[in-house]
Amino acid sequence: METKTKKRTGPVIFSGYERGTAIEKALNINREDILLEIRESKLRGRGGAGFPTSTKWMLTAAALSDEKFIICNADEGEPGTFKDRVLLIEYPELVFDGMVIAAHTIGAQKGIIYLRGEYEYLLKPLQEYLEGMRKDNFLGKDILGKKGFYFDITVFLGSGAYVCGEETALIESLEGQRGEARNRPPYPVNTGYMGKPTIVNNVETLASIPHIIIKGSEWYKKLGTGKSSGSKLFSVSGDCDKPGVYELPWGTKISELLELVSAKNTKAVQVGGASGFCYNKTQFDKALAYEDAATGGSIMIFNESRDMLRVLNNFMEFFVDESCGQCTPCRIGNVKLLEGVKMIQKGDYTFAYINKLKELGKSMQVASKCGLGQSSPNAFLSILENFNEEIFNRENGGTNEN
Amino acid sequence: MKKYLTGKMGVPMKTKEISRAPVSQQAHVIQKPEHPEYIGGSITVEINEKKVSVPLGTTILEACRQNQVYVPTLCHHDDLCVAGVCRICVVDVEGMRTLQAACAFPITAPIKIRTSTPMVRKARKHIIDLLLSEHYGECYSCFRNNNCELQALAKEYGVDHYNFGHVEKQRYEIDSSSYSVVRDMDKCILCKRCVRTCIDLQEVGVLEAIDRGYKTHIGTFGDKPLAEVICINCGQCINRCPTGALRANDPRDEIWEAIDNPQKHVVVQTAPSPRAAIGEEFGIEPGHSFTGEMNTALRRIGFDRVFDTNFTADLTIMEEGTELLIRLYKALVKKDTSVVIPQFTSCSPGWVKYLEHFYPEFIPNLSSAKSPQQMFGALIKTYYAKKHNIDPSNIVSVAVMPCSAKKFECNRPEMTSSGFKDVDYGLTTRELAQMIKEAGIYLPEMPKSHFDDPFGDASGAGLIFGATGGVMEAALRTVIELVTGEKVENVFDNMNIMPVRGFEGIKYAELPITKVGPIPKLLVHVVPNWDWLKGATLKIAVAHGTANAKRVMDSIKAGGKFSLCHFIEFMACPGGCIGGGGQPIPTSAEIRRKRAQAIYAEDAALDVRKSHENTHVLKLYEEFLTYGPCGHTAHKLLHTHYTKRGKFIS
Repeated sequence: METKTKKRTGPVIFSGYERGTAIEKALNINREDILLEIRESKLRGRGGAGFPTSTKWMLTAAALSDEKFIICNADEGEPGTFKDRVLLIEYPELVFDGMVIAAHTIGAQKGIIYLRGEYEYLLKPLQEYLEGMRKDNFLGKDILGKKGFYFDITVFLGSGAYVCGEETALIESLEGQRGEARNRPPYPVNTGYMGKPTIVNNVETLASIPHIIIKGSEWYKKLGTGKSSGSKLFSVSGDCDKPGVYELPWGTKISELLELVSAKNTKAVQVGGASGFCYNKTQFDKALAYEDAATGGSIMIFNESRDMLRVLNNFMEFFVDESCGQCTPCRIGNVKLLEGVKMIQKGDYTFAYINKLKELGKSMQVASKCGLGQSSPNAFLSILENFNEEIFNRENGGTNEN
Repeated sequence: MKKYLTGKMGVPMKTKEISRAPVSQQAHVIQKPEHPEYIGGSITVEINEKKVSVPLGTTILEACRQNQVYVPTLCHHDDLCVAGVCRICVVDVEGMRTLQAACAFPITAPIKIRTSTPMVRKARKHIIDLLLSEHYGECYSCFRNNNCELQALAKEYGVDHYNFGHVEKQRYEIDSSSYSVVRDMDKCILCKRCVRTCIDLQEVGVLEAIDRGYKTHIGTFGDKPLAEVICINCGQCINRCPTGALRANDPRDEIWEAIDNPQKHVVVQTAPSPRAAIGEEFGIEPGHSFTGEMNTALRRIGFDRVFDTNFTADLTIMEEGTELLIRLYKALVKKDTSVVIPQFTSCSPGWVKYLEHFYPEFIPNLSSAKSPQQMFGALIKTYYAKKHNIDPSNIVSVAVMPCSAKKFECNRPEMTSSGFKDVDYGLTTRELAQMIKEAGIYLPEMPKSHFDDPFGDASGAGLIFGATGGVMEAALRTVIELVTGEKVENVFDNMNIMPVRGFEGIKYAELPITKVGPIPKLLVHVVPNWDWLKGATLKIAVAHGTANAKRVMDSIKAGGKFSLCHFIEFMACPGGCIGGGGQPIPTSAEIRRKRAQAIYAEDAALDVRKSHENTHVLKLYEEFLTYGPCGHTAHKLLHTHYTKRGKFIS
């Protein structure tokens, strides 16, 4: 795949990188030092959950096994997220070099990129790119002359289930099972793909690795906040003049981002996609960071013309449909929350019942089996809380058409 | 390789390589101990502020149970692999953001567990409310009323109204296509016990979740009716269903009708396992037999004759044993290459259908002898009808069985050798208990009575058919005596052939034949002498549960150890018939063990414990089956053939 001319600019990922340079450097550093470097960088998972990347890597590196796997989670399914697609099209060298470095560090022989079903059109270009890497000895036997270092990457096309972005459901799917989250523990770092130690990292997480290797953790840490180091790609969509993918340091305020993308008359910002939280005007000074307004990158902007109940209805319909259906709180709970939204839309509800649903939402957050059910009530709870007045003071109880 | 926790007694042991269940569901992986508090394979945790020590890798649920802390469960079942899907067992683990499913959380660090925090109680209540909101129907119109785990939980948590509504309309059609298993998905709570039973415990793989989200339901391949897929009718899913979503196809109405019809002569035969378990339906602890009481109850219900299936179990031994000797003679002496060994038992209809689907090329290995149920059916409408001058078309023949597959078996088209449907209805232990209750009878207080003539009381060999290894033991008691002329009790203490007893998934034994006796009169038509068996070693195996049967079959296919066997007993259900799909619910390894104990105890107390010493059987060969075992009449009435079904569904 021919790499497109890079027009994007950003502090880390969009800052320019030459294919293979980080691999070359990493192969000459011993593994422990790479792990320490990543730990020092305080890099955390970019998929949304924010688990420290170095911990995952260290646990996998420490696991005793003849076989280990690196999986790149490219199931980008969170509504409003499209940064991984940009990375895969325009910056594949970062992602795949990141995987090779991970393989070297933990001792994996096989890498798999789990590609979102809807990105089927990327399958062939990615395979061609990997073929190019094999030709240039960035993959295959004795990579870049490093004796005994064998690693190869295959692309696996998902089948379109949102839940398969959850790492254990992704692994089940890879194994040919129904896409359903596993019980944790055991964790994939210990018992992952085919029961072997496995790292599952988001596309963006892996794309950050080559830069950290080349420029060092000290440089990386200078960006961002104390708890959220480095930069983040944001997929901005909705009511603004300049939607798209932006790379900004962690800690950027919502209001700063709104200005950057020329959003006007903004009423609400949904941070973190359907599973994230919805903020109103009074909360726009929140910082985009793991410790404040956390996000895997999705930023949806709604202006004054939007009906927040309809927004919520849309999110809840999404979860009712996308719940894998295995655990009770998520499978039935989301249906009940959606029914509640419909009741409010019809004006046929009691506050007592809505309060019951809020309590149900809180139980779902703690009792669901995986992140899907644990985060699906976020939109319900935050929209009812932050747009309380709009939602419960509807004139006709009906929906408007926006 | 990591060591996986093995199953409990009576549950097939398996390792990762051979299980079809997702890795995550098979068992917990014991992680490498890293914490300094790990000492000598056990770990100290706090449960509700009390320090307790448990073996590393124990689940929170097990740890709680070991320490008398009750945690409710629903999707968890001791026989099955982990699911962690219902979430009713969630507990609080200090330091973790979310609640953890106790059934699925292996303890590998000194954690602090609390089982009854406000958050935990609220979440559990919510889960029950949600399940009830989707659970169609009312408890009083459900056959699982008072024996339903969902109902029990609702009571436990004081549910007095539907907090999140209640489904008003039926959403699924009831699938009663199968003779054996009826599925009512409106009552399903998606605990997936049936799926895990079918895929992981039995390794048949008929049931799986289909669709996702609120559309999720348990279905078959292409959502086909159960009768059209590779279901073997074992009914193990029924035994493990916590609600009324699965049940056996119930013929009680038809049977009552026949009883109430004065034109009909209604006879009943009862298998050994129901009597060892039926007490459980009346609140009696598992492990007590109610043979005599059940006979009286059956007569009071209105059955005209009460027969003992053990009689035809004895007959099965004579037929199947003779068939084995013929096979061995033909193969070993006559070098007849058309004869195949090992011979497989054929009395478990679940196993027979399993073989027809999964190993159809091995059908010639199946004994052609019918099961005891079907032998009896054929005799009742011929021998018995003639002897008592009853028009066989007026006879209604009922079989009380621990089994759901028996319902299918009696409906097989080939089971009409009497000229009529040999057995009209298969009735499960559960259904019989229901009939007894309907008749206003409290079984445990019934006076005892015997079985009716002309079949009378059978031998202990027929009785032990109910437990895994029982058919083999019964066969050996007869074969050893007939071949060697030596009394079995001189070879095995108290006639108890221990190597084939117990709940080990696959049992294997070798019996050297050091001496031979004269040919008994009954078998002179079969072989000229036993000399060819002298010095031979009889190799036998016993497998229960189709997962274990699969291991044995795969070994035979690959020319492994079991291909050298001469005779193999297979039972579709874990534990054998005492764990059958028609037995009282619940089931567990402990319950199955107690039922088996009851059967072995009853056998030990009998005077006649060998099939060939059953005087009624010998009389039958004198009066009716005059060509002897495997002779002309026997062949017509007591033997059958099978159907190649294959795995693929059109």
